[in-house]
Amino acid sequence: MGFEIDRTVCIGAGTCVIKAPAVFAQDPDDGLVVPVGGGVPDSPEVRRAAEACPSGAIVPAP
Amino acid sequence: MPESLPAPAPLSTARPRGCPFDPPAELGALRDRHPLSRMSYPDGHVGWLVTGHALARAVAADRRFSSRQELMRLPTPRNGVPAGPLPPAPPGMFVSHDAPEHTRYRRLLAGRFTVRRMRALTERVEQITAERLDAMEGEGPGVDLVVAFAQPVPALMICELLGVPSGDHGHFQRLVSSTNDQNASLEEVGAAMAELGGFLHGLVLAKRASPTDDLLGELVGEDLTDEELTNIAVLLLGAGLDTTANMIALGAFALFTAPEQIAALSEGPEAVDRAVEELLRYLTIAHTGVRTALEDVELGGHLIRAGDSVTISALAADRDPAKFTDPDVLDLRRDATGHLALGHGAHQCLGQQLARVELRVALPALFERFPTLRPAVPADEVAVREDSDIHGVYSLPVTWDEV
Repeated sequence: MGFEIDRTVCIGAGTCVIKAPAVFAQDPDDGLVVPVGGGVPDSPEVRRAAEACPSGAIVPAP
Repeated sequence: MPESLPAPAPLSTARPRGCPFDPPAELGALRDRHPLSRMSYPDGHVGWLVTGHALARAVAADRRFSSRQELMRLPTPRNGVPAGPLPPAPPGMFVSHDAPEHTRYRRLLAGRFTVRRMRALTERVEQITAERLDAMEGEGPGVDLVVAFAQPVPALMICELLGVPSGDHGHFQRLVSSTNDQNASLEEVGAAMAELGGFLHGLVLAKRASPTDDLLGELVGEDLTDEELTNIAVLLLGAGLDTTANMIALGAFALFTAPEQIAALSEGPEAVDRAVEELLRYLTIAHTGVRTALEDVELGGHLIRAGDSVTISALAADRDPAKFTDPDVLDLRRDATGHLALGHGAHQCLGQQLARVELRVALPALFERFPTLRPAVPADEVAVREDSDIHGVYSLPVTWDEV
């Protein structure tokens, strides 16, 4: 199981970049999350990022 | 059937004697039995109080709970505030608006406070920090850490970032901290806000006339009225002046009480990042927030009615044993992920990445420069900001051995 990003709720706080810098970055214009590679894998870092995300923008893939 | 709740009570704010970092004892007791409880507000409203971590997080993230100022009630009495609804927040005061206004402001600002942009300031924060430490060394041993170090480092940085002349940052600092002081009269708060607003309005007009290479200079190019931009400037300056300064001073004070922890600050960048998150959690200086239900919401087995105010004790939540093991222990090596010290939900702190950069530079540098740094007065004589919306100390006399 992986995770998905919901950019419509992202507020650009950057908590995911702190928790999982290899997976998440921020768009330099609006600060919103962008995945560094293709998808968002399930890993301890990504789980911490999902927990820390203030706006629920990192959600388990269905 | 949910267990019946105790009678509504006012919000407890008095910290336990001799424990200036801990939540009021009543809040801990409440959290362990009734993480959602009834609370009586100073204006007579009977609303709610959240002290448990999971529920606090749920309320802060739920858009059915509003941040609009005209709907909220003050959780604690405030000098001179008349009973009755508060006025709506003016345009630009984004912390007190909901979507879509809040979203528009936040989108304009988030790209300017990204992890990458704030980390690019690291070297500048290091310079400012080193200059203040040099000045301390020249002046001491024996200084007030608040005035000599904790306030100027973030103040000089936020002024430079925004493009606000920093010459008078001590004066700005006093104005801002009076707006966070629950004992300040309404007139004092109004006068402080008017002075800050007047000054920043003038600065916004000057930057419109000739844009400068700084954040406010960039924002004059956005679709914002003078009033919006002035209020954004008031918020950003205020948030930059009276938050991290308290984290630095209160953080040093907390480390004096747990000196065996200080070594963690010299164990490399990852250890420092972890330590900063734990200090944020343990101190949770922005301790209390308020939301108002826009519709009926079922939460924790109770029905919160539309119009009810909900006070969130982030401080009690960050000491919830259901979330953090031994929550009342300051443990710089723990993983404090999930703390609510910077808030949660759409309003989570905009400047958090700047705060992180400042804290991870300033605190290790302070103890590296002065390995024998210690309080110059007994802990119970340190003047704690008991009645402030932002916890901290008014002054922290420190000393050290000269080499």
